[in-house]
Amino acid sequence: MIRRPDANLLILLAAFPVLWFLPAGLKSYGLYVVSLWLVMSIAAMGLNLTLGYAGLTSLAQGAFLGIGAYATAILTTKAGWPLPAAFLASSGLSFAVGVLLGFPALRVKHHYLAFVTLAFTVVVFLVARNEQWLTGGVFGIANIPRPVLFGSDLGAALPFYRLLLCVTLVLALAMWWLLRSPWGRAFLALRENPLRAASLGIDIRAYTLLAFAIGSAYGGAAGSLYAPLVEFIDPAPFALSASFVLLLTVVAGGAGSFFGPFVGAFFSYMLPELLRATGGWYLIIYAAVVLVIVMISPTGLLGLIERWRDHRSQTRAAAARAAATPTLGAEAGGSESDSLRKGATP
Amino acid sequence: MTHVLEVSGLKKHFGGVKAVDGVSFTVEEGEILGLIGPNGCGKSTLFNCILGQLTPTEGAVRLDGRVITGLYPAQLNRLGVSRTFQLLQVFPNLSVRENLILAGQEHKGTMLRRLFGARDAGLTPDADRMIAFFRLQHLADQKAGGLSYGQQKLLDAAMAFMAGPRLVLLDEPAGGVNLTMLENLKERLRTINRELGATFVVIEHNMDFVMSLCSRVVVMAEGKVLAEGSPAAIRNDPAVIEAYLGH
Repeated sequence: MIRRPDANLLILLAAFPVLWFLPAGLKSYGLYVVSLWLVMSIAAMGLNLTLGYAGLTSLAQGAFLGIGAYATAILTTKAGWPLPAAFLASSGLSFAVGVLLGFPALRVKHHYLAFVTLAFTVVVFLVARNEQWLTGGVFGIANIPRPVLFGSDLGAALPFYRLLLCVTLVLALAMWWLLRSPWGRAFLALRENPLRAASLGIDIRAYTLLAFAIGSAYGGAAGSLYAPLVEFIDPAPFALSASFVLLLTVVAGGAGSFFGPFVGAFFSYMLPELLRATGGWYLIIYAAVVLVIVMISPTGLLGLIERWRDHRSQTRAAAARAAATPTLGAEAGGSESDSLRKGATP
Repeated sequence: MTHVLEVSGLKKHFGGVKAVDGVSFTVEEGEILGLIGPNGCGKSTLFNCILGQLTPTEGAVRLDGRVITGLYPAQLNRLGVSRTFQLLQVFPNLSVRENLILAGQEHKGTMLRRLFGARDAGLTPDADRMIAFFRLQHLADQKAGGLSYGQQKLLDAAMAFMAGPRLVLLDEPAGGVNLTMLENLKERLRTINRELGATFVVIEHNMDFVMSLCSRVVVMAEGKVLAEGSPAAIRNDPAVIEAYLGH
């Protein structure tokens, strides 16, 4: 978010110690669910950049999750790479594939772009299922190792969760920085009015490709953490439905708001687990909750807060307008300038 | 001597419709050139061809002697060609200051610099100078979408001048601006023209505005240049009067 980045940073830094200690009492299943929330938040953060900030509809985030997961699984089990190296390679690979997938986005927009990315997702799924020599086909890849870092084994549920938390924090900080940099402003311009953006010298091609590539790299990074989290992967979690759920996650959480992905991922990945106690009803309750969110606020849950803040500042703006004279140069006061030359500013 | 802008034999045909049909004219350093003509005469199509939004069927556009036909709008902008829009084209969810910073940021440094450098790309002083010049101080931190029409029009113009352009194409800057504001807008444009040394091409339907602002006027009709000359000469040209009023 561009307007109040420091509030976002503070929330991020304050949440870290809370999330570090809070799940300590959970059993391994609970820790798995919280870990899954973090991993999917990373994937959703990436899609939030592509869709929420740059306005490019993508149905490929699940595929990038898969690319990252398979790359990491293959590199750690077959090539014996350590997880950090496989993580960087998976993210890099997703970035590169993301650039390639960005090219259609230069030509088509909105639902047409969704169709193109949908086709890509299906292709990735089919490769994962059919290219047995590489991916193990429907049998998948088992025994994906959890990492040993600096001599300490992070294989148990709690240490691994804390590792995920650290990685999530680093990636969230990177995203925060990216969004408050001039790049973030350019992405927003790309979403709101590409024609006008181009007329201001904003390289639409470069920023479109970058939005896709960086968003995809986050998807790949999430996949790379997903593989050792579940320790066994097969093609099923990366089918088209995964991309739909991720899209829903971003939209329900609040597309274009910084914490939207975290809130959305809570709804999409944690709530169903919490509602499992209700037996067969949980999918219906979950669907109803999401439906209500999208109906009340098409800009997602965090969009509600955003709208409330906007309403307040609009009221203030109206007051400022009423107080000011509407003509140019007619009002008295010392702070106007009649020159654009440097040093002429009051 | 090379001209700031030179349009030679420019044609743009849409199927059988010859929207622009062999237009040639030049714009000199520091000039404010008016481009007028009845609705549908091809002014906007001509603008879009110059600005790289449309590819001309034939002909060439030169900026300082360099052929710029076929360049993308963003590339043109970074060469110093800037524009304002007939309809409002500000970014409603960014503040006034952020709009102006956005308008200047791609002209400073490299992509990498913009990622790792300062958030405002060092443009806050420039933006504030522009804000003061257009009398928008009290609105600097407001979202642009909350501004009145006239204020947004001013912001739209200010954005075109942020990067210190060489050539500015203004598409109906006076459209929808009230009378009291009009005189001041004219005076602001003159000052910028003088101080930035920028060259202007202005499309406008408001004759008084064009005739008093511009040093030279090009009249278009049915895709062709009908007349060219000083405002006084154009005012009395029988061919121009006929094009506007008919027989």
